Amino acid sequence: MPTFTYMARCDGCGECVDICPSDIMHIEPRYRRSYNVEPNFCWECYSCVKACPQHAIDVRGYADFAPLGHSVRVRREERKGVISWKIRYRDGRVKQFTFPIRTTPWGSIRPPSGYAAPPRDALQSQWLAHEPEALGVEGLPQLSSHTTRRA
Amino acid sequence: MGAWSSKQTRYIDSDILIVGGGFGGCGAAYESRYWGRDLKIVLVEKANIERSGAVAHGLSAINCYMGMRWGENQPADFVRYARSDLMGLVREDLIFDIARHVDSTVHKFEEWGLPIMKDPETGRYLREGRWQVMIHGESYKPIIAEAARKSATVFNRIMVTHLLTDGTRRNRVAGAVGFGVRDGRFYVFRAKAVIVCAGGASHLFRPRSIGEGVGRTWYAPWSSASAYGLVLQAGAKMIQMENRIVLARFKDGYGPVGAWSLLLKARTTNAAHGDYEAARREEIKALVGRYAESSPLPTCLRNHAMLQELKAGAGPIYMQTKEVLDTRQKEDIGWEDFLDMTVGQAVLWASQNIDPKERASELMTSEPYVMGSHATCSGAWASGPEDCAPADYQWGYNRMTTVEGLFGAGDTIGGSAHKFSSGSFTEGRIAGKSAVRYVLESGARTPRPDEAQVRRLKALVYQPLAHFAVGRNAIVAGSVAPGYISPLQGLQRLEKIMDEYAGGIGTFYVTSEPMLSRGLELLTLLKEDLERIGAEDLHQLQRAWELSHRVLTAEAVIRHTRYRQETRWPGYYYRADYPKLVDPHWHVFTCSQYDAQTSAWDIGKLPVHHLID
Ligand SMILES: Cc1cc2nc3c(=O)[nH]c(=O)nc-3n(C[C@H](O)[C@H](O)[C@H](O)COP(=O)(O)OP(=O)(O)OC[C@H]3O[C@@H](n4cnc5c(N)ncnc54)[C@H](O)[C@@H]3O)c2cc1C
Ligand code: SF4
Ligand code: SF4
Repeated sequence: MPTFTYMARCDGCGECVDICPSDIMHIEPRYRRSYNVEPNFCWECYSCVKACPQHAIDVRGYADFAPLGHSVRVRREERKGVISWKIRYRDGRVKQFTFPIRTTPWGSIRPPSGYAAPPRDALQSQWLAHEPEALGVEGLPQLSSHTTRRA
Repeated sequence: MGAWSSKQTRYIDSDILIVGGGFGGCGAAYESRYWGRDLKIVLVEKANIERSGAVAHGLSAINCYMGMRWGENQPADFVRYARSDLMGLVREDLIFDIARHVDSTVHKFEEWGLPIMKDPETGRYLREGRWQVMIHGESYKPIIAEAARKSATVFNRIMVTHLLTDGTRRNRVAGAVGFGVRDGRFYVFRAKAVIVCAGGASHLFRPRSIGEGVGRTWYAPWSSASAYGLVLQAGAKMIQMENRIVLARFKDGYGPVGAWSLLLKARTTNAAHGDYEAARREEIKALVGRYAESSPLPTCLRNHAMLQELKAGAGPIYMQTKEVLDTRQKEDIGWEDFLDMTVGQAVLWASQNIDPKERASELMTSEPYVMGSHATCSGAWASGPEDCAPADYQWGYNRMTTVEGLFGAGDTIGGSAHKFSSGSFTEGRIAGKSAVRYVLESGARTPRPDEAQVRRLKALVYQPLAHFAVGRNAIVAGSVAPGYISPLQGLQRLEKIMDEYAGGIGTFYVTSEPMLSRGLELLTLLKEDLERIGAEDLHQLQRAWELSHRVLTAEAVIRHTRYRQETRWPGYYYRADYPKLVDPHWHVFTCSQYDAQTSAWDIGKLPVHHLID
């Protein structure tokens, strides 16, 4: 289901161009609005659809196997931490779903440099950052003699 | 060509350069910053790390989690599972290393804000299967990207085309080059250590979809084999490149089947509602012996059963979804599975009027993919953990390839299957810490790429734009020109060669020595034509270099497949001339090394050591 852009809704802001992992949302120079330049490299990942502030991008199922008349619309509310989907079948049935997307405020992750620096000799150990506390077990599992067979 | 060769060059120096900001790359960024407080850490990404790589959509499960704090699983159990799934051929040291650290990664993800589902009765993470936990993972990638951005200086929209080596020591990495997909500039990244995390490979083989739908592959269309293309060109040893993966997925939409089969317990049947897998157990045992006795049945053998069924005309194969969606909660789980990670499946159902509550959905085996993090483990040969790798698996720092200073994680590293998202991030952390050690311990000498190498690469990188500019003048209009082909035309040629000769869907995954040799001949011609690719703009220039990485990777796949004279993984591919699994000769890794200057390949075997009972 490659994407397409509704002429009347797009204001050419470029958010979709900025986010598309496939680099296929481009601004059309004459109309100054976005369009999908390479539908056959679209993964219908919805990254651009979710990012568009104008809800100007929609998806029409791939012509080679998806009959017309369906729609899958999304509204991702970052601040509220939820995403809602509305699925309209070709025969008119509708399904709606809402799921959480994040449990903490955006931007709240503590950077690794925000923790006390590890002692220098820990660099030679097998521990990774925040271990052992973050592991939830005391020791780091080792390949011991009863689990181990040397070739 | 003029305008492009005069493009400005920008030099960026760092201690550690991370190529690719997916799960491996974000893990590498976080951990290298934790240990290397004063180091300069740079991450370069061809897209935007907010939504890049295989997890751009999001995911609905974390597929690698031990649950050691609840005594659920131990790393040794995980090694046994991955080993039997891969028919015995894995790097047990690498897998053990990931398994013993992966829980701390997942706990950190939860602390950062990733919603992990809980089992209401036990309060523990809700298990999808023995190793998987369910998440509300639409924002999995943006959350992980936030942690990476706080750890490293990120350059988005730069396509890395080549690694640089030291001017005097060829087997020492010195950085990487690429071009800005937006600004067109030439970027030269000089670094003391490089961690390649550039992801696996889709679109090596002709996909099942056609026309507009060819982007609807299972692995992302932007998984362009750069991990392999980059490191093998630098001379790193590669292993198991023949171990491509075929996936049984919902037909056309490629919706994953894990939650449906493991958590919701939907049955997979043939058209007559029969449990064909059970019916074919004995037949499979006769084919591969004791490997068919492991439970669960290895992924390739499950494919094999399905393929036998399809060939017998007993298809379509169905997932009996309607038998299991008896509550709203289960319906939510089933739909979220796709809406979080493969929206296309939901679009397909809506368009074909398929309500999974009312009717079954078709499954199909995909075209093959090459990657290092799933139920498959192609990739670079890496030095193992200091405390548990056998001596011949250890020559330097953990996760360093055979090129000095060059590390990898995720799909890049071979031999350690079943990493998935959490394991790839964990391997990135392991490589990140290791690279810090390497930088701090290897002394002050900064490697220096020689200027002639940089100049040569700069001219090379922009050549496709020149080919187009010149060749386009010879014709009136259209896409047919005598002097160049477009990146898409080249990609289609590659896919056709791989499909027809190297075991794609066109031959039901069957190949043989004569087929592989003929395929290699045609691939060599394509490789020559790569020097005449025409790119219309910077976007097409990115496609041109993605194609170059894919073609080199495909060559490795063909050469490894030809070398292994057995059918190791029936269901992934078949050697018609060597239809049996032959443990006495082939319980080994195939290993290759490419010399970019002479285009010669050196190919041989490496031992598989079993460290766990
Ligand atoms: C449909 C689907 C479902 C999956 N389901 C699950 C699941 O349920 N649970 C789970 O745990 N895992 C799942 N996985 C697997 C998981 O996504 C991968 O194992 C993991 O992302 C691999 O990490 P990586 O870092 O190697 O690659 P990626 O995450 O793909 O990252 C590679 C990065 O490198 C960048 N890059 C590539 N080439 C270049 C270049 N030349 N220059 C610069 N940058 C470049 C890419 O843009 C990307 O950001 C799924 C994958 C897919 C596709
Ligand atoms: S994000 Fe929306 S409004 Fe902005 S350019 Fe894209 S389609 Fe237009
Ligand atoms: S759906 Fe994904 S791949 Fe397709 S245009 Fe949008 S962001 Fe790009």
